Amino acid sequence: METELLDLSLNELQNKLQNSEISPVELVEASISRYQNFDKEINSFVSFNSKESLQKAREVDVSRENGPLAGIPLALKDNLCRAGYATTCGSNILEGHRPPYTATAVKAIEEAGAIIVGNANMDEFAMGSSTETSAYGLTRNPWDTERVPGGSSGGSAAAVAAGIVPAALGSDTGGSIRQPAAFSGVVGFKPTYGRVSRYGLIAFASSLDQIGPITRTVEDAALLTEIISGHDPADSTSLDQPVPEYHGNINPKPENLTVGIPAEYFGEGVDEEVETIVRQAASDLKAEGAELVDVSLSTTEQAISAYYVIATAEASSNLARFDGVRYGPRAQEFEDMIDMYSQTRAEGFGAEVKRRIMLGTFVLSSGYYEAYYGKAQKVRTLIKRDFENAFEKCDLILTPTTPTAAFKLGSRVDDPVQMYMNDVLTAPTNLAGLPAITLPVDANSDGLPVAAQLIGPSLSEQMLFDIAYLLQELSPWEPCSAPLKE
Amino acid sequence: MSVVDQEISDLARLSRLNLTPEEEEELGEDLNEILEFAEKINEVDTEGIEPTYHALPVNNVFREDEVRPSPSPKPALENSADSVDGYFVVPRVIEE
Amino acid sequence: MKNEIVIGLEVHVQLKTKSKLFCGCSTEFGADPNANTCPVCMGWPGTLPVLNRRAVEFGMLAALSLNCEINQDIKFDRKNYFYPDLPKAYQISQYDMPLAEEGQVEVELDGEKAVVGIERLHLEEDAGKLVHSTAGAESYVDYNRTSVPLAEIVTKPDITSPEQAEVFLRSLKQRMEYLEVSDCNMEEGSLRCDANLSVRTPEGELGTKTEVKNMNSFKGVRKALAYEAQRQKKVLSSGGEVVQETRLWDESEQITREMRSKEEAHDYRYFPEPDLVPVKIDSKWQSEVKQCLPEMPEEKYERFQAEYDLSDEATQTLTASRPLADFFERALTGDVSPRSVSNLIIADLKREMNERDWTINDVNITPENLAALARMFEEDVISSNVCSELIAELVESGGDPEAIVEERDLKQISDAGELEAIIDEVINENPDAVEDIRSGADQAIGFLIGQVMQKTQGQADPGQARKMLQERV
Repeated sequence: METELLDLSLNELQNKLQNSEISPVELVEASISRYQNFDKEINSFVSFNSKESLQKAREVDVSRENGPLAGIPLALKDNLCRAGYATTCGSNILEGHRPPYTATAVKAIEEAGAIIVGNANMDEFAMGSSTETSAYGLTRNPWDTERVPGGSSGGSAAAVAAGIVPAALGSDTGGSIRQPAAFSGVVGFKPTYGRVSRYGLIAFASSLDQIGPITRTVEDAALLTEIISGHDPADSTSLDQPVPEYHGNINPKPENLTVGIPAEYFGEGVDEEVETIVRQAASDLKAEGAELVDVSLSTTEQAISAYYVIATAEASSNLARFDGVRYGPRAQEFEDMIDMYSQTRAEGFGAEVKRRIMLGTFVLSSGYYEAYYGKAQKVRTLIKRDFENAFEKCDLILTPTTPTAAFKLGSRVDDPVQMYMNDVLTAPTNLAGLPAITLPVDANSDGLPVAAQLIGPSLSEQMLFDIAYLLQELSPWEPCSAPLKE
Repeated sequence: MSVVDQEISDLARLSRLNLTPEEEEELGEDLNEILEFAEKINEVDTEGIEPTYHALPVNNVFREDEVRPSPSPKPALENSADSVDGYFVVPRVIEE
Repeated sequence: MKNEIVIGLEVHVQLKTKSKLFCGCSTEFGADPNANTCPVCMGWPGTLPVLNRRAVEFGMLAALSLNCEINQDIKFDRKNYFYPDLPKAYQISQYDMPLAEEGQVEVELDGEKAVVGIERLHLEEDAGKLVHSTAGAESYVDYNRTSVPLAEIVTKPDITSPEQAEVFLRSLKQRMEYLEVSDCNMEEGSLRCDANLSVRTPEGELGTKTEVKNMNSFKGVRKALAYEAQRQKKVLSSGGEVVQETRLWDESEQITREMRSKEEAHDYRYFPEPDLVPVKIDSKWQSEVKQCLPEMPEEKYERFQAEYDLSDEATQTLTASRPLADFFERALTGDVSPRSVSNLIIADLKREMNERDWTINDVNITPENLAALARMFEEDVISSNVCSELIAELVESGGDPEAIVEERDLKQISDAGELEAIIDEVINENPDAVEDIRSGADQAIGFLIGQVMQKTQGQADPGQARKMLQERV
């Protein structure tokens, strides 16, 4: 079995499919084969539809009119609704839940011809940075199976890193695409808030959530973003702006580029090796003619606190609907209506979700609203201003994606605050609604991938793809699958 | 600020979560630790600053008042824990 | 003088949009359970609301008719609470930036005018309906009503009597009907009203208020508030204290009683709805909506008084509802007098409607039909009896009155020659009556006219018949 096929980029796969060098069936078989070989160990999927995917591969017509993804296997994070398919958010409370409708972004990749092979594992309700809180078991990092793949889109990132699929969709609320992509040595992109419709994404924190791609290369991220972006009348917060052809227009021009380096993103808490590697990436850009300038994002340290207040507040409300009345299992024993609710939710939610629901309920409750939620939304205004001011001095900002490389399984799961600090470099962009891309630039001394993050102003997607592509070319890291043993 | 035991059970009730005494105790400790972390926001002077509820300034998004045929409620009813004769069934709710 | 009773009302008015507030499901009443639902109004995970523009405009019209200020910046908020009729476990409502504030309405009771202030008007989505099993331990949920748009109207505590509360509600209903934004049918639940009521203590202090719920008719509101005011006064005068609580009106017992289920202390944790963007109402939009504001009841009353020579009472009746007033004005075609059209509407048409419990929208007679009848009556072509009968008939089945009169030969006989033979007959057949009249018993003439009418199947002109009978006898 030529499973190396899956190490090719989407564009290469598409060309080979159209030249009949390979068939969709071979591709899906390669995907199934890797799934069977690796996923027992890494557990990146909560559901995998071998039979049905093969059937689809046999039927698909890969001619160009059938879409840029025709015949290519992809995976979805388990919080993206697809009519008739179990979508559980990695939670017992949605066990067996089959949505009656399909998310707009999922429809877009289906229409582009993709064969969705399965749903990728995630932290329960996207609440976590390690994919250790899923009701369907933890996911392991393909680069070192004793380590976490990051989270919450850890399943999507691990599946791509393991080469089970060439690309997957994830969602990013405070770093949930970028952090696992960084830990897993793949590319992750969080679009501008509103660029991609959220319709059909089971909400964690509505004002922060965005769907985005996890891929092996920057070009693939551009292609998938182009496919899933666009205005959706079903999402009031989706932007009514044309979508450029990102993929076909990648054209880096580093000569007149100014890159902002925020001191706050390189300071305390950031691993020295990570800092060195990311600073090297900056130097690589400089060598190509870019100018590096110091910028200040002074509220970075408080942003992560503001993020957790806002995200949990919204989550406590978003997750209130899981009550055992319309969907999901209901507790077997209860005394009355209130007890039915409380018992169903007690049985259905895991510890981290309960923690965040309680926190979110607290920060919105009478007497505390102003001190927490109200205050956090004001801090958010200042975070936005910080970025606006920075973008007056630079075109984009270069930072590490995460303070450290992938950490050991179990090392933080019992320490919520330490776990939350993982998002310190990614969450501020969600609060400001900005687009950001992460790509691996080098390996650390343990052989683990280390990633750089590029943050741009609203709707600067094209520039981010351009410069990330350049960095991909310049950096020592070569896009590849993790060297898992069969 | 810290969350006292009484508040933990109030919050659990408000959140509709039945917690065991052990869970309450653990959550109490966790929440206090997290709140301490959350209170970093107080280091920022927000005097005269307006809150931001939406990251991007989008206004006035509407749909026109047109009826779209509703799908059959059957799949939804079948997907639920309990239904009868087209209704979702819940434990009796009294308001009298 | 200080008011004895202080009442504030919280009224929910269902807005008559075709589709729901945040999705395209129909708002039609009476569908099969859960037939008017979709993933959005059923709160399926991942779905999102999109605001119905017309609901906002209906709310603006309602607010303008209550003389409110429309706010330029409004937003929606989530009101969080768990209840099985609330699928998302939060209601999308408006908290601190409502659609409109600071209005006022003039109400008149027993010739005395008073002003009721409007605190605010905001938009929100309705909840579903719970049906309780008669014996069992279950409730059944129907989400058809979920997310139907509501305008919540909160008055200031300006209402001073149960009667005034009823008058205010009737006036509110009349306004909403004029605007055609709501049916305001309390029995069907398209208007719901809760009240806060307190009375003054013997020392003249304002007492503790109670909230009264479950009032299902205008009369019910008046009776419930009258009962509650009496109850509070009794409590106070016997040295007791009024407890702040919610009380339910028991229609069958005609009393208010405290809610059996202890209400939980609510903490709704309002926060701005992140799934909806803010709404800005600029002056252009506001004036566009203002253009759609129809003539309101008091304006119509003034104009009718000025334009048509009608009694005060007739004007009141005609302007009570906009469709009726419109019907009247549409019937003023040709050169019929407003007075005779008004008479036919008030005397005949209203009677027929009342008998059937119909509104003007249910009748099959058209304004043009009524105009034709009025004209024929004015020109003595038909008698008043025939006119009444034709109205009754057309209300039921419709038709062209002129053609019917022609076809059935219903024209009034006022020609002396034609009547003469019939009058002769009647005089010959009723010598006793003729004798009575001659000896001064004038009422017998009525009997003779009746006989003439009978013989002519009501077509004789009664005036002419009377005149001729008097001459002959």
